[in-house]
Amino acid sequence: MKITPELYKDMTEQYAPKSKSYVNISFAFLIGGGICLLGEGLLNLFEYFGLDTQEAGSWTSIILVFLSALFTGLGWYEKIARHAGAGTLVPITGFANGVTSPAIEARTEGWILGVGSKIFTIAGPVILYGTAASVVYGLCLQIVRCIMGDQ
Amino acid sequence: MLEYLWAFIIGGAICAVGQVLIDYTKLTPARILTGFVVAGVLLSALGLYKPLIELAGGGATVPLTGFGHLLAEGIRKAVDEKGWLGVFSGGLTASSAGITAAVLFGLAAAAVFKPKDK
Repeated sequence: MKITPELYKDMTEQYAPKSKSYVNISFAFLIGGGICLLGEGLLNLFEYFGLDTQEAGSWTSIILVFLSALFTGLGWYEKIARHAGAGTLVPITGFANGVTSPAIEARTEGWILGVGSKIFTIAGPVILYGTAASVVYGLCLQIVRCIMGDQ
Repeated sequence: MLEYLWAFIIGGAICAVGQVLIDYTKLTPARILTGFVVAGVLLSALGLYKPLIELAGGGATVPLTGFGHLLAEGIRKAVDEKGWLGVFSGGLTASSAGITAAVLFGLAAAAVFKPKDK
């Protein structure tokens, strides 16, 4: 019997444990909500120390990204993510995990083409399409401005 | 205290949407992250994301849709101030702190930590 990739997928899916979706969604909600709660706490802390909303937001991102990189390096982020699913993927800490994790794994491939390129495995598409989408929006705004005549 | 409750509920709900996408579609994590950022740009352009941030604070800025909103708002401000140049400079200027932190700490982690055996 020849095992094609499709057949193999069917076979493994048959034996893979079916994870219960409502449990997954609850965990994603709780842990994702918890990370956002931490973010809200940091925002308020920075605003309490006199930073404006934008600066407080930037510092909050930097701290969350730092914590995520640290937790990823220690192997803790993966352990939480196993239960949290999208709860640890969707927050900015998930983005930082997507940057840090391939970077650590790529060390054996060298610093330039290993770490240097693999660090953008997740960040690349996110930054590329985020930037592209925002430029489309910017073009629309600018064209409207030109039509309205106050370039 | 109510703002913390909203941060938890809205932030949790945005993550729950991501979990639904994982469980019921075949979208990979990279596609979901990219989709959330683009969705954030779109929602912000339509003026729908700002009210969510006013309600939920970190609940709306911490998920990656908030990153998209940051890009869109950066573009909006830069276009107002600089016109055509703003179309090019606005997005990455606004998001520079987060992106730099991610690659910098990623690089530092790669220098400090050894790859784990799978």
